[in-house]
Amino acid sequence: MTDKDTDFAIEGHGDISVGVHGAGASGDGSASATRITPGNALRPEDIALEVRRGHVKPSEDVAEFALRIGDDGLILAQRLGQWISRAPELEEDIALGNIALDQLGHARSFLTYAGAAWDKSEDDLAYFRREHEFRSAHLFEQPNGDFAVTIARQFIVSYYQYELYTRLMESADPTLAAISAKAVKEVDYHRDHSAQWVLRLAGGTDESRARIIQGFKLVWPYVDELFEDDELTTRLAEAGVTVQPSSLRAEFDRLTGQIMAEAELEIPGVPQALGGGRRGKHSEFLGYILAEMQVLAREHPGASW
Amino acid sequence: MAPHGNPEEPASAASEIKREAPNVAATTPAEQQHHETPWSLWEVFVRSSRGLSHVHAGSLHAPDAAMALRNARDLYTRRNEGVSIWVVPAEAISSSDPDSKGAFFESPQGKDYRHATYYTKSEGVKHL
Repeated sequence: MTDKDTDFAIEGHGDISVGVHGAGASGDGSASATRITPGNALRPEDIALEVRRGHVKPSEDVAEFALRIGDDGLILAQRLGQWISRAPELEEDIALGNIALDQLGHARSFLTYAGAAWDKSEDDLAYFRREHEFRSAHLFEQPNGDFAVTIARQFIVSYYQYELYTRLMESADPTLAAISAKAVKEVDYHRDHSAQWVLRLAGGTDESRARIIQGFKLVWPYVDELFEDDELTTRLAEAGVTVQPSSLRAEFDRLTGQIMAEAELEIPGVPQALGGGRRGKHSEFLGYILAEMQVLAREHPGASW
Repeated sequence: MAPHGNPEEPASAASEIKREAPNVAATTPAEQQHHETPWSLWEVFVRSSRGLSHVHAGSLHAPDAAMALRNARDLYTRRNEGVSIWVVPAEAISSSDPDSKGAFFESPQGKDYRHATYYTKSEGVKHL
C-alpha cells in the first residue's frame, strides 16, 4: 500500500466514524441498572447519510464485492428467521433470532454501500433483484434441516465470516473496514454459540450425535465455494481492498478443526458441490426464499409500517 | 418431533436417523429428551457498569452454566445493558418465605432505639 492510499484510508475512516462517535457520546450519560443505550456501532443509516452527502461512493469492483457478502448475510438472515417460534427452547429461539438480526444488520450495511455505486437503496437491492442477480454462496441458502443441520451450517458460516471480516478490517476501503469492524464482534459471538452447540450435540445422546454428524454431511459440500478466488477477488486483493478467499482457508481449517477434534467429529468425506452463487447460479432453494422475502415489497412498492 | 422439527421439511432426514437410533422407542425424541434431561432454571444477575453491584435481571432455562451465560447475554444484555453477568442455579438460592414477611421484616417496628435518630444530640456537637 502506498502512502497516498494510507492517507485516504485514515481520512475516509474519519468520515464514517463521525456519525458513529456522535451517536455513542449522547448515550454515555450516568449509568443506571436499567439503562439501555444504542451503543456506538456503525449503522446502515450512517452509511446512507454519507452516501447522500457524496462522501462515500464505492468503485464498481468494491460494490460488486460488497454485494456478495451482503447477499450472504441477507439470505442467511431470511433462513434463520424461519426458526422463530420453532426452536427447541425459548432461549434458543431468541439466540437464533438474534443471530438472524445481526446478519441482517451486516447485510443492510453492505447492501447500502454497494447500492451507492448504482444509485440503488438497500431495499432496491434486497427486494427488486431477481434470483440470478443475487451473489450469495450456496451454503447460505441451504435448508434449515433439523436443529443440528442449522448449527452445522452456522458453525461453518461464522468461522468463515470471522476470518473474512477480520481481514476486511484492514481493507484499503474505509467503509468496508468500518462495517467489518462492527460485524466481527457479533460474528465472534456466533462462532462461540455454534461451537458450544456442536460440542453439546456431539457429546450428548446417541440421537443428538447422529444428527450433528448427519448435519455436517449435508452442509460440508458447500464449504469450498466460500474460499474460491476469481477475477474480482484477484483485482481487489491487488488493490488491498480484500484478501483472496483462498488465503482464509488455512486458519478456518485450523480453528474449526480444533472444535471438531474436541467434539470427536470427523470432517465429512463428501464431494464438494459445484457452487456458482457468486456468478448468479443458484440452487433450487434460493427462489423460494426470495419469493417469500420479496412478495410484500413487490406487491406494495414503497410500503412501510 | 414437533419442537425439533424442520420448519419447512417435516419429513425425511430426521426420521431416517430416528430409525437408526436404537434407544428411541415409545415417546417421540422431543418428549424423551425433555423427560430425561429437562433444562434447569437459572437466575441471572447483571452489573450495568463498573462500581455498581450485580442486580437480579430475571431467570432462564439452560442445560449448563456455560450455556446459561450465553442465553443470559442474549436475553438480558442485547442493548448494552451490562458489563458483567452472573448466573446462579435457581436451586442454589435460598430465599425468605413471602408468607412470613411479618416475622422477617416487621419486627423492628416500635423499636425506635435501633435508629440513630432516636437519640437527642449532645450540646456543642456541630457536624452530626
